[in-house]
Amino acid sequence: MNVEDMYQEIILDHYRERHHAGLREPYEAEVHHVNPSCGDELTLRVHLNGDVVEDVSYDGVGCSISQASTSVMSDLVIGKDITSGLSLHDEFLTLMQGKGKIEPDEERLEDGIAFAGVARFPARVKCALLGWSAYKDAVAQASAHEVKAS
Amino acid sequence: MPESQLTTPSVGTGSVGTVATDATPLPEYPEQVGGGREELSAPSPNAGYDVEAIRADFPILSREVGGRPLVYLDSANTSQKPQVVIDAVAEHYGQHNANVARAMHELGAEATESFEGARAKVAAFIGAERAEEIVFTKNASEALNLCAHTLGSRLVPGDEIVVSVMEHHSNIVPWQMVAERTGATLRWFDITDEGRLDLEKAEAEGLINERTKIVSLTWVSNVLGTINPLQPIIAQAHAVGAVAVVDASQAVPQMPVDVVDLGADLLAFTGHKVVGPTGIGVLWGRYDLLKELPPFLGGGEMIEIVKMTGSTFAPPPYRFEAGTPPIAQAIGLGAAVDYLSGIGMAAIAAHEQKMTAYALAALQQIDGLRILGPTEAVDRGGAISFTVEGLHPHDLSQFLDSRGVAVRGGHHCARPLHERLGIQSSNRASFYLYTLEAEIDALIEGIEYTQRFFGGTR
Repeated sequence: MNVEDMYQEIILDHYRERHHAGLREPYEAEVHHVNPSCGDELTLRVHLNGDVVEDVSYDGVGCSISQASTSVMSDLVIGKDITSGLSLHDEFLTLMQGKGKIEPDEERLEDGIAFAGVARFPARVKCALLGWSAYKDAVAQASAHEVKAS
Repeated sequence: MPESQLTTPSVGTGSVGTVATDATPLPEYPEQVGGGREELSAPSPNAGYDVEAIRADFPILSREVGGRPLVYLDSANTSQKPQVVIDAVAEHYGQHNANVARAMHELGAEATESFEGARAKVAAFIGAERAEEIVFTKNASEALNLCAHTLGSRLVPGDEIVVSVMEHHSNIVPWQMVAERTGATLRWFDITDEGRLDLEKAEAEGLINERTKIVSLTWVSNVLGTINPLQPIIAQAHAVGAVAVVDASQAVPQMPVDVVDLGADLLAFTGHKVVGPTGIGVLWGRYDLLKELPPFLGGGEMIEIVKMTGSTFAPPPYRFEAGTPPIAQAIGLGAAVDYLSGIGMAAIAAHEQKMTAYALAALQQIDGLRILGPTEAVDRGGAISFTVEGLHPHDLSQFLDSRGVAVRGGHHCARPLHERLGIQSSNRASFYLYTLEAEIDALIEGIEYTQRFFGGTR
């Protein structure tokens, strides 16, 4: 596949207009993740309401792939329960580690399927995972916080 | 080392087939070491420079990437290798492989001779007074860590170490670690808006003063391309009794170097950026200083006598070379410096200057492109970093790569410098002895194509 095909219109749309961007209150956990090889940085907050992910807010600098992927991720996990969000994380991770050989499930990953081509470019997989990894980390911290508070 | 390993350079302004102990004379060159401030001018030291013939020496330059000819503009990251270097490594493993200095057999003698011969070649290449001033390390980072560790043993709280904000992480982090360990303070030169060391500010701050014990600076910035005026700074460091360390990783590949003329105490560079193998770095040190420094890593080869109650250590350079060294890599590096000397470092520097001037002019024609560092090819090496409005460096790198153009995208191991410039990352194109103007044209076309793609006018 050529590079133009990797940069799907969906990715460019999310890059130009990132959904749920900006840092918001309230939140139970905030994490800061970086990609040391390229310098991309992301600060991400998670707000839980019981078992439900009420909000994901973020601010960061990075390439189109990392920014768009974070935007798509926020669309997917907000409003879902923690377990469903984490299972989407796992599914996206599997897709990214599949070297382009996995057919993504559009029902589940929605706009996330646009990143299927990224899996063919090993150097960019970390970009696509930056937001998801931060989310997973933040949710873990936020649930620990919830448990402690209750 | 057998005759077959000696280089046959494509053009010759320097000496061909330099033998191990032969000090290669440095060519006359107006941009000689240190403070050379004037722009290169006639007579051109690279008249008759045959870049196509040089390219024919580098097998990788005839391969394709993604169906297009490779356009390799990432030589500041690592340089490509000529066939003579590849052959020297293969010949060592194929015919002479043995451990050095301790194997009491014919192969051991051959390997030792080639290894020590390489040390002498490297010494001659940088104008060192004796081969024993060349310490082989694994890379420039290790060489700088060696400096920090050994010089650090003399530091006490209140002492100051001076670096600059334009350093590679390899010339920052080891000093941060040693400062942490000893209680010394790390201070640094700022840069001007043009990307040169801010000497006035340093003067006003009293940056180098009687508390300064170490001044460690890059000769040529790996991001900005700036060639720093080291000689007066080294003189200033010596005036207060400080040791002057130079990171010459980007200098040795690009210009004639004479360490005696430069006047520093320690100087580090790496083999893989001077068309040599990876896994071999060099620390040059004034012998008198090396002799005083404590060991770095402990192990085989670096000892004199080992007893269970304590050990004594070998003289330099062996004191700093614990364990089996990178033998084949050192021999490959010897072949590499022979190859470069055969072409002539002055000719190579002039070629790079020409490519840099051409690229600077072309890049500045692109809307929204900002060059980091000096925008004229004066006191400037062949690395140009830039940002393009609306294009993240990672995305641009990927698009260029799809067109066969290899550049670097990121912070180039100089995050503090990027922070100082108010940006997070950049792209960098860097040139070398084999770069063509047509390759710079391909870079320009690639950037413009990517701009159109992201601008939505594809």
